[in-house]
Amino acid sequence: MATTFKLNGVEVKVDVPADTPLLWVVRDELNYKGTKFGCGIGLCGACTVHVNGVAQRSCITPLASVADQSITTIEGLDHPVQQAWVDVQAPQCGYCQSGQIMQAASLLKQNPAPTDSEITAAMDGNLCRCMAYKRIQAAIRLASDRNQEPLS
Amino acid sequence: MKKLSHLQKMSSTGSAQITRRGFLIGASTAGLTMAFAPLGVLGASATAAISNGQFEPTVWFSIDKDGLILVNVGEAEMGQHVGTALARIIAEELEADWQDVRLNYVDSEARYGYRVTGGSWSMWQNFELLSRAGAAGRQVLIDAAAIMLNESAFKCRAENSVVWCGDRQLSYAEIVQAGKVDRVFTDSELAAMPIKSAAQRKLLGGDYAALDIPDKTSGQAVYGIDAELPGMVYAKPILPPTRYGSTILKVDDEQAREVKGYAQTLVLDDPSGTVPGWALVIADSYHAALKAAAVIDVEYEAGDTANVAEADILDHGRHLIDSKKGSLVIDDEGVDATFRDAERVLSQEYTTGTVLHFQMEPVNALALETNGRWELHTGNQWQSLALPVYAQALGVPESQILMKTYLLGGGFGRRLNGDYGVPALLAAKALGKPVKVVLSREDDSRFDSPRSASVQKMQVAIDDKNRVIGMQHHSAAGWPTEVMAGFFLGTGSNGEKFDPFAINGANHWYTVGQHRVRAISNDLASRTFRPGWLRSVGPGWTNWALESFMDETAHALGVDPVKFRLQHLQSRGRNAGSAPNSIGGASRLATVLKRVAQKSGWGAQMPIDHGMGVATTFGQERDMPTWTACVAEVAVDRESGAVTLKKLTLVLDAGTIIHPDGALAQTEGAALWGVSMALHEGTQFEAGEVAARNLDRYTPLRMSDMPALDIEFIDSEYLSMGLGEPATTAVGPAIANAIFAAVGARVRHLPITAAAVRDATPKV
Repeated sequence: MATTFKLNGVEVKVDVPADTPLLWVVRDELNYKGTKFGCGIGLCGACTVHVNGVAQRSCITPLASVADQSITTIEGLDHPVQQAWVDVQAPQCGYCQSGQIMQAASLLKQNPAPTDSEITAAMDGNLCRCMAYKRIQAAIRLASDRNQEPLS
Repeated sequence: MKKLSHLQKMSSTGSAQITRRGFLIGASTAGLTMAFAPLGVLGASATAAISNGQFEPTVWFSIDKDGLILVNVGEAEMGQHVGTALARIIAEELEADWQDVRLNYVDSEARYGYRVTGGSWSMWQNFELLSRAGAAGRQVLIDAAAIMLNESAFKCRAENSVVWCGDRQLSYAEIVQAGKVDRVFTDSELAAMPIKSAAQRKLLGGDYAALDIPDKTSGQAVYGIDAELPGMVYAKPILPPTRYGSTILKVDDEQAREVKGYAQTLVLDDPSGTVPGWALVIADSYHAALKAAAVIDVEYEAGDTANVAEADILDHGRHLIDSKKGSLVIDDEGVDATFRDAERVLSQEYTTGTVLHFQMEPVNALALETNGRWELHTGNQWQSLALPVYAQALGVPESQILMKTYLLGGGFGRRLNGDYGVPALLAAKALGKPVKVVLSREDDSRFDSPRSASVQKMQVAIDDKNRVIGMQHHSAAGWPTEVMAGFFLGTGSNGEKFDPFAINGANHWYTVGQHRVRAISNDLASRTFRPGWLRSVGPGWTNWALESFMDETAHALGVDPVKFRLQHLQSRGRNAGSAPNSIGGASRLATVLKRVAQKSGWGAQMPIDHGMGVATTFGQERDMPTWTACVAEVAVDRESGAVTLKKLTLVLDAGTIIHPDGALAQTEGAALWGVSMALHEGTQFEAGEVAARNLDRYTPLRMSDMPALDIEFIDSEYLSMGLGEPATTAVGPAIANAIFAAVGARVRHLPITAAAVRDATPKV
């Protein structure tokens, strides 16, 4: 049975088993490879996408649960945090960074001016094996601070 | 001490090419090519050689008619931004406009030479060679412009991809368009090409952005796992109960046939012996392969390591140390007499547990055969090691196999071992279509090539004036190089072979009197799993023992641990150092040690149950020393033994720093790896396999575990050394030494657990 949902603003229809994790649907059926497979049990965060604007682990999200919902992947994200990521030179191998950025964008949407401990709490589920945590933290801080600057 | 021949062999892969080759710079229809090529086929004209295609040049870089500079990168890009650093070296001497530089990550064609990325070797191996190649390019462009402008070359200079002769100028693009360049440099001419002093540099050492980063923030970066080919099928392995020696008796896939998309289960027959007892579940989606694999029943005759536990591996190591087996890597005359005559001998055992690479991208590979030619799409760190294995597996010549290059979702040494390419190739051969094998996270952990557990025995001999007069270091662990790259083994003074990568670190720069280092291969480890090279390899355990023991000895003698180390860092004899790699010798380690003490506030009064600990390392290899010192500051909860790491202070002398921000990033990551392996992650063998296979049980450091980091590089003009690994191995012993300073608990096993600290804490 086909499932319909919105991906990066465009309606898509896929005909795969309803229990297929969203991760494999976006990567292999719809060819959006920016979302990554890391652990398969929702504990590394590399597969993080937005479901209706909120960060969610796509590797443990069955396709059926997102029918008619709106999904955003890294390819569909256009958020100031991405420039901050470049400015602080956050990525090393980069494999986890799509997920990190999706998590960070979701955090800043809910909490535009997070404290350092709020940043850490929100990001603790996202593993970075290169351990670029200091820069990930700094990038979120930078994006948040820029957002708080008064418009001149 | 015996020179480690492997390193010479490895480090000469670049320079050996020059001795056989010339460097040619010539115009072609595409632009200007700058390449190394065999002198024999060159003749007088570079342009003729290039346009006739008489040979396959090892192309290093080219400039097209729009002035875009394409730099070929043979190194694996796995987070170190190596392509950017290599291109920056060329651009510096070429006087290139950095905006015009582009990277091209090349595939495994033989013309690109020996291919390995590891050991933090890249800058050290390439700096001079690429500098001189860039300088030759600049000279040729200046000469060509001078002729075009009818000026003498010495009145012209290059800057930002433009040659200026007085107030007249020609861009590199214009010079290339004129097509007049045709030069050949012999190796001696190239070697004589002057390169800039540190003060003359404009690009190196400055702030600049890594070229691979923007795509990593937009989802556009392409890793091996992202490769796709038309008509491909997916495969998920079903792994046997032991790494070696298991055979499949029966496969029952009756239930799997109910899974939509399931095709078949393929039992692999592997002539290379890399993946014995593997089966692959083939399906039209990875999800279907996972689902099918979960309900397929495979019956095995298990290999003889099916019941091996971590304690068995450690006990076997102890037994080997007690025997006289192993290779004498260092064996000064009179060690036994020194110990016999010593006033007293201190002796301790140190152990480390199994560590997984746990790189974020599980290993994977996509194989395809077209008319007898094979392609393997995968991220890899040692193509030149993998290709002969693949050739054996397929029964075809190496030249028929091409490894297509991708970004690596983490390397850390895991992808030096290319075993994961074999099942993809075998399956593509069996099925006659492209097959993409992806290991699940649990598969990846089970058949990782982990860092072996280790046992080490340390001894020092002390004379009647409390002076150290001898040291013995006996180390037993699984040896990765013995298993996978035997041609790199060294030979000890007793004629026995040793894995240099697995004993590096024990050949340290402290002056300790009569010194013996004995390296022992733990054969139970290497029968149970395939030992791996993991970020720094041997020093991960040797430096744990050495720097813990230095601390224990200092305390036993009542000397401050920094002062004790400084007393034994003397630039004389074997520790005097030599050009070009280790100029200054032990004194440079003393310099970073003094600086880290000063910077960290060493010796200041600490709050109760807080402590500072120190450790040093010279990185992976004595012949490529990155002088490193670390102070850790911890707070310990006496009741639970819980350790809170407050801060790490690190000072490093890595010679010339090519990419300062990249160097800092590498050191931040390496230091936190050290923290993770000391306090957060680790596993054990249980019933022949690693127990922790996913993040529910394997728990690397997270953001909330991060200490404050204060990292400083010594301003240096010496030869560039590596930075991917050194910080990793100073951190663990620094933490353990800090725990002792805080509460008097001496822990001698990595990882350090709260229970171990609690049990070792003296009751107040």
